[in-house]
Amino acid sequence: MHIVDGALAVPVLAVGAALTVAGVAIGLKKMDYDHLPQVGVLSAVFFIASYIHLPIGFSSVHLILNGLIGLALGWAAFPALLVALFLQAVFFGFGGFLVLGVNVVNIALPAVLVYYLCGKGISSSSPKVAAVWGAAGGAGAIVLTTVMVAFSLMLSGEAFLLAAKVTFLAHIPVMIVEGFVTAAAVLLIRKVKPEFLNIKESSEYA
Amino acid sequence: MPQFLEHSGTSWKGQKVKHDLSVIDKLDPRLRVIMVTLFAFVTVLSESFWVLSLGVLVGLLLALLAQLNVKRTLRRVIAMDMFMIFLVIMLPFTTPGEALFTVAGLSASIEGFLHALMILLKAHAVVLSLLALVGTLSATTLGHALAHLRVPDKLVHLLLFTVRYLDVIGQEYKRMRRAMQARAFVLRTDMHTWRSIGYLIGMLLVHSLERSERIMDAMKCRGYKGQFYLFDDMALGTHDYRFMALFLPFLCGLIGLNFL
Repeated sequence: MHIVDGALAVPVLAVGAALTVAGVAIGLKKMDYDHLPQVGVLSAVFFIASYIHLPIGFSSVHLILNGLIGLALGWAAFPALLVALFLQAVFFGFGGFLVLGVNVVNIALPAVLVYYLCGKGISSSSPKVAAVWGAAGGAGAIVLTTVMVAFSLMLSGEAFLLAAKVTFLAHIPVMIVEGFVTAAAVLLIRKVKPEFLNIKESSEYA
Repeated sequence: MPQFLEHSGTSWKGQKVKHDLSVIDKLDPRLRVIMVTLFAFVTVLSESFWVLSLGVLVGLLLALLAQLNVKRTLRRVIAMDMFMIFLVIMLPFTTPGEALFTVAGLSASIEGFLHALMILLKAHAVVLSLLALVGTLSATTLGHALAHLRVPDKLVHLLLFTVRYLDVIGQEYKRMRRAMQARAFVLRTDMHTWRSIGYLIGMLLVHSLERSERIMDAMKCRGYKGQFYLFDDMALGTHDYRFMALFLPFLCGLIGLNFL
């Protein structure tokens, strides 16, 4: 999912950086100091998720979980993912430095969209309905992210068209796995700690 | 792709990663962050092969000066290459232009080849300098340096919290996976695996969050109210000025080379 430095055109980098600054500003405004630990936990989970490898046939995929992060955090997903991607870039060398803005938008904007689109669905009183919305959120976030990655590549030059298509196809297994995993995680959190997903306790028993 | 080559093969060892103290460590952390930023701008925005080759050389030089662990650095650089390997391989074949060579009926253009080479050079120059100058800082020092550089307080707090939780959650994850392994759980491509991993992540979040709430309460007990105290006064010393005297003219030279 990370794009490296040097691949993208300057206008794409600039737009990505501008969107990230705006998103992070909104996220920071909506996040008060009492929520800092929660945001930090999810930021760390994004980082840890990249070591969780699930086998798919002969190959394996790793989790991204931006859908789950979006469902839990809303706009605060922007600062959370900025911090996680920054740490990955600086200490592990994943992605790059100037593309950080583009990478953050590509992963965090889908998270925020999922929050608005599926947030209501996962607080439904029926666990089945909630699981379906959770799956839609998990898979949807990856679909949106890969589409955005493909777009950032395509906007940087027509020669990237094939690479953009390959990126999308290569991530179809990730979408499926992520959908099932997010649905299961949503179901469990609904039972154990509903306030984490901004679900009021009463709706569970309504 | 073998798993050890993937980026996810590396795991967060936090502050426990040891590296030998070097010349680079004598420099002011703020200066290192600023210099890397400037260097990244100069290399990524440049289109000249001279500038980019020099950039990679300087990246290597910085890595040597910082005495980076060769094995660890190599693994990270290879991991980064994996992100772009397909992009770089496909580029010569998808860019129209004069044919350089032909593979299985597909012609690779010179333009595409040069473009791919440029991406490789830029990415390596940035990643090497980043790992050398900033990657050798401890995460806490980096947070403080950013706070001194007027990065919003909340963001720096978040960074420091995240660094702390990476350790906590990483250990919790390993503990829970071991418990699953003890019950003969094996990862497969099926619903059972995905559901179990989903529950694992859900439980991981719940555990970590409850722990973070306890930490927050404990901090409040000790008078935390969102105020950030920077204990380390960072001051520029002779080393820093010497480094600046070398590095700034060099960056200007790189910018100048673009227009030759």
